[in-house]
Amino acid sequence: MTTAAKSRMPLDPALLLVVPAAAFMLLLFVYPFLYGLLLSFNPKEGNWLANYQFFFTTDNEWPTIWTTLKLALPATLINVGFALPIAYKMRLKSRYQRWITTILVVPITLGTVLIAEGMLIYFGPKGWLSQALQFFHLYDGPIRLTHNYWGVLISLVISGFPFAFLLILSYITGIDPVLARAAATLGAGPKSQFRHIYLPLLAPGLAMCFCLAFVQAFSVFPSAILLGSPAGPTRVISIAAYEAAFEQYDYALASAIAMIMGLVQLLIVAAVLALRNAFYRGPVTGGKG
Amino acid sequence: MKHDFKELKLDRVTRQFAGAGGKAFNALDELTLTVKRGEFICLLGPSGCGKSTALNCIAGLMQLSGGSIWLDEQRIDTLPPEKRGFGMVFQNYALFPHMTVAKNIGFGLKMRGVSPAAMGPRVAHALKLVQLTGQEHKLPGQLSGGQQQRVAIARAIVIEPPLILMDEPLSNLDAKLRIETRAEIRRIHRELDRATIYVTHDQDEALSLADRIVVMKDGVVQQIGTPAEVYAQPANLHVARFMGYRNVLELHVAREDGDRVQLSGGDVLITGVRKQPLNGARAAVAVRPEEISVGEGPGGLNTIAGRVENVEYSGRDSLLDVVTSSGTLLHVRGPVTTALNDIVRVYVPVERALVYPAE
Amino acid sequence: MTKARQDLHAWFDRAWRGLLLGLMTLFVVNIGLMIGAVATSSFARRWLGTWLPEGWTTTWYTAAWKEFQLDSVLWVTVEVVFAVVFLALLIGVPAAYTLARRNFPGKRMLLLLFLLPLMVPPITYGIPLATVLYKLQLAGTIYGVIIANLIPAAPFVILVMTPFIEQIDPNLESAARVFGASTGRMFWHILVPLLGPGILAASLLVLVRTIALFELTFLTAGPDSQTLVVALYYAVFAAGVRAPQSVDAMAMVYMGVTLVWLLIALRFVNPTQLVSRVKEHPQPAA
Repeated sequence: MTTAAKSRMPLDPALLLVVPAAAFMLLLFVYPFLYGLLLSFNPKEGNWLANYQFFFTTDNEWPTIWTTLKLALPATLINVGFALPIAYKMRLKSRYQRWITTILVVPITLGTVLIAEGMLIYFGPKGWLSQALQFFHLYDGPIRLTHNYWGVLISLVISGFPFAFLLILSYITGIDPVLARAAATLGAGPKSQFRHIYLPLLAPGLAMCFCLAFVQAFSVFPSAILLGSPAGPTRVISIAAYEAAFEQYDYALASAIAMIMGLVQLLIVAAVLALRNAFYRGPVTGGKG
Repeated sequence: MKHDFKELKLDRVTRQFAGAGGKAFNALDELTLTVKRGEFICLLGPSGCGKSTALNCIAGLMQLSGGSIWLDEQRIDTLPPEKRGFGMVFQNYALFPHMTVAKNIGFGLKMRGVSPAAMGPRVAHALKLVQLTGQEHKLPGQLSGGQQQRVAIARAIVIEPPLILMDEPLSNLDAKLRIETRAEIRRIHRELDRATIYVTHDQDEALSLADRIVVMKDGVVQQIGTPAEVYAQPANLHVARFMGYRNVLELHVAREDGDRVQLSGGDVLITGVRKQPLNGARAAVAVRPEEISVGEGPGGLNTIAGRVENVEYSGRDSLLDVVTSSGTLLHVRGPVTTALNDIVRVYVPVERALVYPAE
Repeated sequence: MTKARQDLHAWFDRAWRGLLLGLMTLFVVNIGLMIGAVATSSFARRWLGTWLPEGWTTTWYTAAWKEFQLDSVLWVTVEVVFAVVFLALLIGVPAAYTLARRNFPGKRMLLLLFLLPLMVPPITYGIPLATVLYKLQLAGTIYGVIIANLIPAAPFVILVMTPFIEQIDPNLESAARVFGASTGRMFWHILVPLLGPGILAASLLVLVRTIALFELTFLTAGPDSQTLVVALYYAVFAAGVRAPQSVDAMAMVYMGVTLVWLLIALRFVNPTQLVSRVKEHPQPAA
């Protein structure tokens, strides 16, 4: 009756609730990823690095990295660069905030394909924009904004800017406005408030936003085909992977390209985060709570 | 679950937590207690003393790190809470916000498979017991704090459990409601003739409700006794302080004579009754403010003179701060006629000056 | 500060604000016109390089309906989207509960596992996934499409539901357990009713995102398991051969479908949740 043994209740059933989701993720995300990784080292012919060698030596393969970067980095810089000041101006809750966020959400949900089709019509050489420019004598001749680099870039901005804006807005509104008011009572003008209060507190969020926006832009796919010229100037790395998989049926090569794609993204993200740490070593909390 | 039980036994129940820096500490340290059918037990102590932990362990919401809990011959600490069959009233009531009063109360019955037909009269009876008849269809959000409290109580008693657990149920109510509901709780306990374990930090509640009080500090039981015992004969200095012995003077031991101890310090000379073996040249004497009288003690014994430096009027009497010429401060309940800066002489009977070892 | 400097600052401020406002307007107006162009084209009889088309007609819609088999495509889209929402909720909500309420070894790893599909772009994991599905002979079927779309959907449900679950008083669960409810019954009687709004929000968000998600369906669908967005892509891709207006009609149908659900979603959900891949912190009282 007076045992001192430790009592044990049966396994907490709540822990089992997470098993289906975890199993699903492991099976259908981790496993294919690992499978693809192994497959990439297992080419049809040649040694285990053959796929990667092929990629880096073939003339229409390895430049795709640079081509994609040429599109993704400017697009991300534009998106984040414009989203920041606009979101900053909209940080105070107002009717506008809700309206503008709603309007901006629309392009995101339309998706890349509709934007591509819309751009082909509107930005095309016979579209309204071209006609308007000609009408106002701002530009003569048809504009060339589709089926080239610019088309893809514009589409990346259209689909990427709302996302960056909403993300930064959610970070900014998480910073207690009382902090800026406190700074004001201590003599800080609006520019100082931004530089000394908001910017440091936003730094981690901005870095995160840049990384997410970059990753989204780097994986551009349908726009590059529909709005670009996939044979040449806008042959992005996802096109290379797709062709390897579904036109050449070389899944090993396709997986290798997908891995390289992931790796490049990882490198850039790591670089951005390292840069942020180099410039700003403050508290990581966004002033919330 | 049995409805007729003889006793609930807690045998060296221990519960550990990982503290700051990874060091484990005992929220409950070898709690041993036997609760008999029909008893009203109060777990009393300051926050952090382990009383809520004890309740959660009994309810099954926390696992034990050591020891065992028995209901008569059956060991229950290995059972999950839904199988123990106790009723519990939570501090913030924990009423299901999306269910009506009737559904809240009937929840335990529903889980036990009681048919809706049989449920109706039982819920009605419970409502009558807590005097909330007519509120069946309201949602908790539409009730006042006191009403929510009573719904929580009704929910616990309707399942006719052998044991009812209450976790500081009155702490969210205002003073007047607290006193009224206290009487209700006592009345319901007597009517049901089960056992109740009640957790509180309020010594007045414990004194008025309990058959026995368990005073706890830092997970360790300090004293188990009837209200009278705990009130008049606290077992150690902590219990004394907690039960209202506001005057605790650490003085030099002048003489020991059996269980009579004479202490001196400055211009204060007190003889008191030793409650625990002393350790060394100093000791502490604890006295209640209401047991110090203004006037001369018999034969001048235990009489102290001082100046009144603060007066707190409280209707029937006043709480006085009396300071002796050597700077010793005494809290005394004196007549309302006493004024600031009066010189008074106060005395305490020897049996009411309790002496403990110095801390 | 002198009055002159103050005026200069005020002028700068207004100019800056004007610039930003101008950019925003430009952005929004152009997008609106872009959508309008598609709409106009879909109703145009013929439209070649003039401001407005030469005539109006609705025949393109019926043509598109027949040509692209929109009825079966729409049906497939409905099947896929609702299956994904249902399954994502089924495995996501319990997982969110455990992550919100319990601490256990390996929790951080598990959290990372669930966040990864939201951080990695669909193409990067879509290609290996398609490879695996081909081996399992699930690719090209509607089941493969559902599975593929489930991968970003379930973690998204977990991300959205977690703050909702944290908001519920844990004492309610304790009370339910003390009064006899097993974990399953506690879920059903207490948690699910209280999580109603959260579940609705998560469903709508997953729904809107899945309709618009292109890459995963594109990589795993067969000719008769395409969702609307993939069918639209193929139509645009081969647009040189067909009359572009029927493609535009189809694009309008697609946009109509998306817009309807988007408006319903916005009725119940904060717009930032549609994109926020970060846990939405409760806003401090202004």
